[in-house]
Amino acid sequence: MRVLLLILALVWSVPALAVQPDEMLSDPALEARARVITEGLRCVVCRNESVDDSNADIARDIRLMVRERLLAGDTNDQAVQYMVDRFGEYILLEPRATGSNLILWAAGPVLLLLALGVALAAARRRRAASRDAGLSPEEEARLKEILGE
Amino acid sequence: MIVELGHFALILAFGLSILQTVVPLYGAHRGWADWMAAANPMAGLQFVLIALSFGALTYAFVTSDFSVLLVINNSHSLKPLLYKISGVWGNHEGSLLLWVLILSLFGACAAWFGGNLPASLQARVLGVQASIGAAFMAFMIFTSNPFLRTDMAPFDGHDLNPLLQDPGLAFHPPFLYLGYVGLSMAFSFAVAALIEGKVDAAWGRWVRPWTLAAWIFLTIGIGLGSWWAYYELGWGGFWFWDPVENASFMPWLFATALLHSAIVVEKRETLKAWTILLSILGFGFSLMGTFIVRSGVITSVHAFASDPERGVFILLIFAVFVGGALTLFALRGAALEAKGVFALVSRESALVLNNVLLAVAALVVFTGTMWPLVSELAFGRVLSVGAPFFDAAFTPFMVALAVVLPVGAVIPWKRGNLGRALRAMWGVAVLAVALGALAFTVQTGRSVLAPVGVALGTWLVIGALADLWQRSGRQGIGARLARITRLPRADWGKALAHAGLGVTIFAVSAVLGWSTEDIRVAQIGESFVHDGYTVTLTGVERVQGPNYISSMGHVTIERDGQLVAELAPEKRVYPAAGMPTTEAAIDYALTRDIYIALGDPQDGGGWALRTYVKPFASCLWLGVLIMALGGVVSLSDRRYRMAAGARRAAAPLATPAE
Repeated sequence: MRVLLLILALVWSVPALAVQPDEMLSDPALEARARVITEGLRCVVCRNESVDDSNADIARDIRLMVRERLLAGDTNDQAVQYMVDRFGEYILLEPRATGSNLILWAAGPVLLLLALGVALAAARRRRAASRDAGLSPEEEARLKEILGE
Repeated sequence: MIVELGHFALILAFGLSILQTVVPLYGAHRGWADWMAAANPMAGLQFVLIALSFGALTYAFVTSDFSVLLVINNSHSLKPLLYKISGVWGNHEGSLLLWVLILSLFGACAAWFGGNLPASLQARVLGVQASIGAAFMAFMIFTSNPFLRTDMAPFDGHDLNPLLQDPGLAFHPPFLYLGYVGLSMAFSFAVAALIEGKVDAAWGRWVRPWTLAAWIFLTIGIGLGSWWAYYELGWGGFWFWDPVENASFMPWLFATALLHSAIVVEKRETLKAWTILLSILGFGFSLMGTFIVRSGVITSVHAFASDPERGVFILLIFAVFVGGALTLFALRGAALEAKGVFALVSRESALVLNNVLLAVAALVVFTGTMWPLVSELAFGRVLSVGAPFFDAAFTPFMVALAVVLPVGAVIPWKRGNLGRALRAMWGVAVLAVALGALAFTVQTGRSVLAPVGVALGTWLVIGALADLWQRSGRQGIGARLARITRLPRADWGKALAHAGLGVTIFAVSAVLGWSTEDIRVAQIGESFVHDGYTVTLTGVERVQGPNYISSMGHVTIERDGQLVAELAPEKRVYPAAGMPTTEAAIDYALTRDIYIALGDPQDGGGWALRTYVKPFASCLWLGVLIMALGGVVSLSDRRYRMAAGARRAAAPLATPAE
């Protein structure tokens, strides 16, 4: 309970909007890069919010840290790795496609192929069944009669 | 006293729901007409009892009865009346009561309007429906009772979460629940049909309107929630792939698939087993959503105060109902014989493709939502799955769906000719690509997302119109127009819903691709130019609301010297809950929203101010509305009204002699 209160206090005691004007870098190119990075970082005390969208203190700290790294000359990947080293993989909103996460990334395409395969097989089976259930010889004869042959 | 009556009515309803489960199901099993017929009055009475109970809880909220625990925790005497009422369902216990109220309403509707159903099918539907109600009422009475009292009543309550004190959110849950719980009808019909061992066109004709109604409510509910997030959270996002949003989106995807496959059952008597399976999955995912929201297993912005004991209970309900239904499906599903045969190129196949794409997309959302849990438990890897994953993994399915939709919609039933269908849509495709290319050249250097959205949106909207036009025959323009107006409403509903999807897809990509943002410290009285608009913060004043204190900014927006809008963005603090909220001010227009959010006062003077121009943002909700409208028009189709007429004629026959 106390932890929860602490988290709530962290989240709500600072009634500020997400990205603040005083955090932003004067170099627009660098600022744009910072935004690309921070959009993909999770505010680690919030529920499913990026640090860009969050009001929490820690989110602000992370935003500032990313900008410091960029000013220090890091590439985007280096800056992201710097954050992962400190906060763990948990901070990435887009899980990396490595190891067990390959299951997650492959789920969509694999399921799609599987579903299409099942649908095609069912269609084939249905057509085979319908061929079997064709007209009986008497019905064929009757059909010819009707068609006036 | 009234609260105790409500409590008592709930317990009575619980007892009655057990009776309503056992009597008609056993009666149908033995073929006893009077036992089966007993389900009808029971379903009606159950609805009345739960409505009384709900009324009693509402009374406690409206009169601010602070001896009821739930009212203390979620209300405040100063709160406006609307939010006192919406506070009833703005919490775990009360929302469950709304849940079972709607469940019993659907059950009662099946009793009142189901006179033309075969007696045994109706009895089984009502029995299954009541068993769901029994499970949830047991859950409520034993773990989450809304009527608990305290012996020390405080002077005032703790107030409802301020984020929930908003007209959009007042109506969001009822719509959502009407949708979620509406899918229980399809579920009950599916289970009843499995017990009966028979699915025919009449079954399809019965299930489709219920599913359609549930889908309409779910569509509006999700739309309302998204709109609320847009104006309330202060940065103009409209969809966050939050677990709770996903929990409502997965049933929507399944319901969309279901209402398409139910057409195939109704018109061609095939795909029966698949439709039954979808009915089970649709409601199954509703239950899964309930579990996600209330168990706290997956943390989310919207989760109600969660508690593991409740989670286990819901998981149990989920396992019994979905597991039971799927077992029944495995045992009996194969016996459902398909009648209609169709070629590989046919409307049936197109709808199968629609179902495959929607179902796999829903499963992708499911995998992403559950992955953090699975990964931590199975692989010891603590990680997040956020919006970037869903954007990347989900979007291709929607793009594929949008690409095949207009062609699939014009292929004839049973056996079609792909070449002919493509030829009919050729002009539309050229127009769509041309407009996309035009958008690409005009926008210069921005992401390719928006032009793709322009092309897909045009393809869907004009494709829907072209479909209507083709159905108007081969005479002169006047005769064709006259004929279009006389097309069945189902055709109009289809065209509207598909066009609505096109508008939504276009708007989503336009907002994501073309929005512009400005974050700065604005000095009072100073102007700045953003995206062609001159923005001036003229002042900030302190305003006392009924239960909050607000800093209200005054901002004027001008263009070419003309006043465009005067906006008043607010920051509010709700002292009872000790929580601030942002109330963004938005100037809505069809082609662009101007969105302003006020931040904090700055040390060096001035206020933090965020200005966004969001092109075609209004079209997003317009598109959702058009989709829902398409559902309503389709629901009013003659064949369902005909069924209603037949029902009245058949009603006296359905009541058995004593």
